[in-house]
Amino acid sequence: MVEKRRWLDVLSYAIVIAGILLVAFPVYLAFVASTQTAEAVEASPMSLIPGDLLIENYRKVLFEGGDVGSRAPVGRMMFVSLTMAVGIAVGKIIISLLSAFAIVYFRFPLKYFFFWMIFITLMLPVEVRITPTYEVMSDLGLLNTFPGLIMPLIASATATFLFRQFFLTVPDELAEAARIDGAGPIRFFVTILVPLSVTNIAAMFVIQFIYGWNQYLWPLLITTSEDMYPIVIGIKRMIGGGDAANEWNLVMATAILAMIPPAIVVLLMQRWFIKGLVETEK
Amino acid sequence: MAKIEFNDVRKVYGTNQVVHGITLEVADGEFVVLVGPSGCGKSTLLRMVAGLEEITGGTISIGGRVVNDLEPKDRDCAMVFQNYALYPHMSVYDNMAYGLKIRKLPKAEIDRRVNEAAAILELEGFLARKPRQLSGGQRQRVAMGRAIVREPAAFLFDEPLSNLDAKLRVQTRLEIQKLHRRLRTTSLYVTHDQVEAMTLAQRMIVMNAGRAEQVGTPDEVYSRPATTFVASFIGSPPMNLFPGRVSPDGQAFVAADGTRIGLPESVKQLGGRELILGVRPENLHLGGDNLAVQVETVEVLGAEHLIHAKFAGTGLIVRTGPHSSPAPGSMAPIGFSPEAVHWFDPATQQRINL
Repeated sequence: MVEKRRWLDVLSYAIVIAGILLVAFPVYLAFVASTQTAEAVEASPMSLIPGDLLIENYRKVLFEGGDVGSRAPVGRMMFVSLTMAVGIAVGKIIISLLSAFAIVYFRFPLKYFFFWMIFITLMLPVEVRITPTYEVMSDLGLLNTFPGLIMPLIASATATFLFRQFFLTVPDELAEAARIDGAGPIRFFVTILVPLSVTNIAAMFVIQFIYGWNQYLWPLLITTSEDMYPIVIGIKRMIGGGDAANEWNLVMATAILAMIPPAIVVLLMQRWFIKGLVETEK
Repeated sequence: MAKIEFNDVRKVYGTNQVVHGITLEVADGEFVVLVGPSGCGKSTLLRMVAGLEEITGGTISIGGRVVNDLEPKDRDCAMVFQNYALYPHMSVYDNMAYGLKIRKLPKAEIDRRVNEAAAILELEGFLARKPRQLSGGQRQRVAMGRAIVREPAAFLFDEPLSNLDAKLRVQTRLEIQKLHRRLRTTSLYVTHDQVEAMTLAQRMIVMNAGRAEQVGTPDEVYSRPATTFVASFIGSPPMNLFPGRVSPDGQAFVAADGTRIGLPESVKQLGGRELILGVRPENLHLGGDNLAVQVETVEVLGAEHLIHAKFAGTGLIVRTGPHSSPAPGSMAPIGFSPEAVHWFDPATQQRINL
């Protein structure tokens, strides 16, 4: 469609810019707030020009923590979040790849029963099974540990299903050629199937990293000590209840910090992600 | 190199039998083509040799060793697939070397074999490329290279030319022929294309509905088809077949609708019998007094004309030289010689040899 109408261009730009402002302004506001003193943030109206406390505020949250509510340093929280998010993403990908491989390439008794078992868990989000899961984790003594944070979130019907769908598009002849070449199932999986799935794995990693990073309810239950708080909980804890004055500048700095790793992951993986969508050759 | 023996090989899927007892011996170094329409069981048979399908009954042996229960990798066969089945993420070199690396051949030996195969197939300049950067013909050659480097007991080809365009198909057909002459490896080749089968085969097996209709050299199969199926499957356009009855004196053949065909040579011994008469289009010629047909259309193919005519309630095709076609709608006299006549039994569809 070739459209050469000036007002249409203007209109579409106006809509795009309005959309960007709508999304970007709160982020900008948070950034501005994070560079000022707590008093300046409370002032009404708040200044929209960044203050001069950028380094001071971020240094304080990262290494010392706030003075109100939780006093844990954000550096540690980011480490916890990062470990959890990477653990969940990598774990999910490994488990899903393996179970999809089993379901697509092997004939075994009750195969469809297992497939449907996995499929049905799609309908059971973490929240539904959270109490029994907590029970199990606490019996195993995994409260306040990384395995306790990561393991219950690893099983993923969604990722299994996605990899299954991808494996089904891989021509059968590839597996047959590999068999004739003498490759056993594990070698086929490692040297052919996984390299072919790279773009899907990258896409899964982005989605699952963000999923892991944003976990709130499960860490809230399972962590009781401050040094195991992920950053998402950290933000909440920094906002003291009641009459206490909140250090909004530090809260905002933490929020900005919490936004950075997912943004980096998306930006870094974006190329692969798009490649996965564009590449038609299987 | 080795011979391949089929002994009453059968394949059943559930209640559906797709291969009905094939017995055949492929000699060491022989090039045998399995040809037949889709669903005739030819690919299944090949896949049973490769070990990709289980053998329901009978035995297959390669080089004197029964392979029924062997894994594909232990059968020492290399297979070329219709869609080539190249590993998309590996370079041409790695595609060819993959099987050798698994067999833990020394690096120098792998290198030697791959380079040798690349030289034979004119792929030297492409070893570092990925399959997607190659044309269809080049991919096909890589697939063959992957088979060659293995130096297997037998090559198995599963319609390897079907994904190529017509021109490339003819060219690659010749290359496969040359390759076989050079390597002398026992080869089994599956195709539905009768031209491919005729040109490549030292011996061919015409299959229909899971049975071998005829086994023989291309010449035998063409000039003495064993059944009406073979007669109409091999040869393009297919053989003209007319059911009917031989007159009591053996001088003429009366088609089902009463049309008379004068026979060029009396067949007294068949007098009065109910038979199927077959004559190939290229054995019919204009002029002569055996029958008269009404011309419907003429297909001009350059080197030859195909005259489609109405005759005996069915159709008839005459293949003639390029200069002498009658106009559509006109009547044309048609003749044929005694050697052109094929007789088949309508009950069994089998050839009757005089």
